[in-house]
Amino acid sequence: MSGPEDFKIPLGPQHPALKEPESFSIALKGEKILGVDIRLGYNHRGIEKACESKSYLQAVYLIERICGICSHTHSTCFVQGVEELAGLQVPKRATYIRMIIGELERVHSHLLWLGVAGHEIGFDTLLMYSWRDREVVMDILAMVTGNRVNYGINAIGGVRRDISQEQIKDILAALKTLRERTLYYIEIASKETTIIERLSGVGILLPADAIKLNAVGPTARASGVDIDIRRDDPYAAYSEVEFKVITDNHNDVYGRTVVRMKELLESYNIIEQALAKLPEGPIAVRAPRKVPAGEVLSRYEAPRGEDLHYIKANGTEFPERVKVRAPTLANVQAVKKMLEDRYLADLPIVVAAIDPCFSCTDRLIEVKDLDQGETKILDWQKLQQLSIKYNQQRGLDFTAAGKRLQRLMEK
Amino acid sequence: MKNPGKMLFEVLNHLFKKPATVNYPFDGSKMPKGFRGKILFHPEKCIGCQLCVRDCPSNAIKIIKIADKQFEAQIDLGKCIYCGQCVDSCLKKAIEITSDFELAQLDPTKLKITVKGEPPTTPPPNQPNNA
Repeated sequence: MSGPEDFKIPLGPQHPALKEPESFSIALKGEKILGVDIRLGYNHRGIEKACESKSYLQAVYLIERICGICSHTHSTCFVQGVEELAGLQVPKRATYIRMIIGELERVHSHLLWLGVAGHEIGFDTLLMYSWRDREVVMDILAMVTGNRVNYGINAIGGVRRDISQEQIKDILAALKTLRERTLYYIEIASKETTIIERLSGVGILLPADAIKLNAVGPTARASGVDIDIRRDDPYAAYSEVEFKVITDNHNDVYGRTVVRMKELLESYNIIEQALAKLPEGPIAVRAPRKVPAGEVLSRYEAPRGEDLHYIKANGTEFPERVKVRAPTLANVQAVKKMLEDRYLADLPIVVAAIDPCFSCTDRLIEVKDLDQGETKILDWQKLQQLSIKYNQQRGLDFTAAGKRLQRLMEK
Repeated sequence: MKNPGKMLFEVLNHLFKKPATVNYPFDGSKMPKGFRGKILFHPEKCIGCQLCVRDCPSNAIKIIKIADKQFEAQIDLGKCIYCGQCVDSCLKKAIEITSDFELAQLDPTKLKITVKGEPPTTPPPNQPNNA
């Protein structure tokens, strides 16, 4: 792959185009991208391991902090799994409230994405307006749940806060404003030449590739793949509301924009139906501290796609294993395909178009070289050797000091 | 119909509107009712059952017995994640949530607060706002 005119540039871990630390090593020929090498792992925080030392009740708050944008996604996914293991019957009202918060979260996430996408193509006017409108839904979330992010509304066995009649009125008023604004953005997206010309034909992912690379969420739906966990495997109260699964056949970044904008309208419909149907009754059942042994796989349609949680319980207060597969991990391989034979300037918007959330994704570190194509798994000793070699190259030699230390230890 | 500058009208419109931002901290610093901010401990209600300590996800609260049926709470605001689980766990409603969110300190030791029961009439010195 390397030749005299080839050039390899690193993009990230620290780069103005990316909001989170993630490394892309790009092989270039002129302006054209030959291959992309994606390295995840800069945001690994060991949350899965930390969950094993927290009780189920505490783990909900930790899991919620995997992601700031889709915090309700992760906590609901986890809580649903634990409820299934414990055999709890969640009250109807609680499932409706979960669904309402989940859709409000989708609204704020998609509006955030619209702003980020606008920013990446240099259309900052769109960023300013869409983020101003996002404040409407953020205020609603703060009012209903008690915080703007990390809502903390989920508890094992139900939800922690009820929605009052005044709050319903406020939500409906906010939805009216939001729907008006969303229709305006859809009009902008379908008529503004700047957006159409910049986004059409960029980051093409054909339906066959989307299926092959396991793309999920709006990324897959914009390639015409009709998948949505809310319809295919209904959780919460999604089986009781009517909504359309939006798909699009543009297969490019423009299609992803259209899908997300139309999904906003569907979200408003779901929230309105849920508020109208909101059943009376308790909002939570008492949950046991100990969860019976077993394992469960929980699925949830996050704003970015399908979120998976695997929980293994061993009959104690603490989970034995928690595994999280965030939607970005499923979508990030598609980025490689989207960037093939495209230009370097398209990279920020193509990466942004999957709505990446790298801190959700970083679960393991695997070092992969584009040239050699081989995977290196570094154990402790190899890492030590590597660091000694690195320091020696910089002119620091610790071998004498190490030997002296060893002699002291032997004595 | 494709139309460049579709947003121009909207942009010009905003020249004559008030800014969307608020002039913090001079106005608009109020959070909605039920906002999860700093927690408030009522020592006279506490029975020392330690449920809040057990459920706290970040080990931010400690309840220490200082005399017979008298307890003090040591709260580390730097560790607290403001989830409000202690408020839900407390059987005697001895912990309450306030909407106070302006908790930044230059001195990290000021983030550790101790709430004692005595003397009951005067507010604790470290908590001038909420006691």
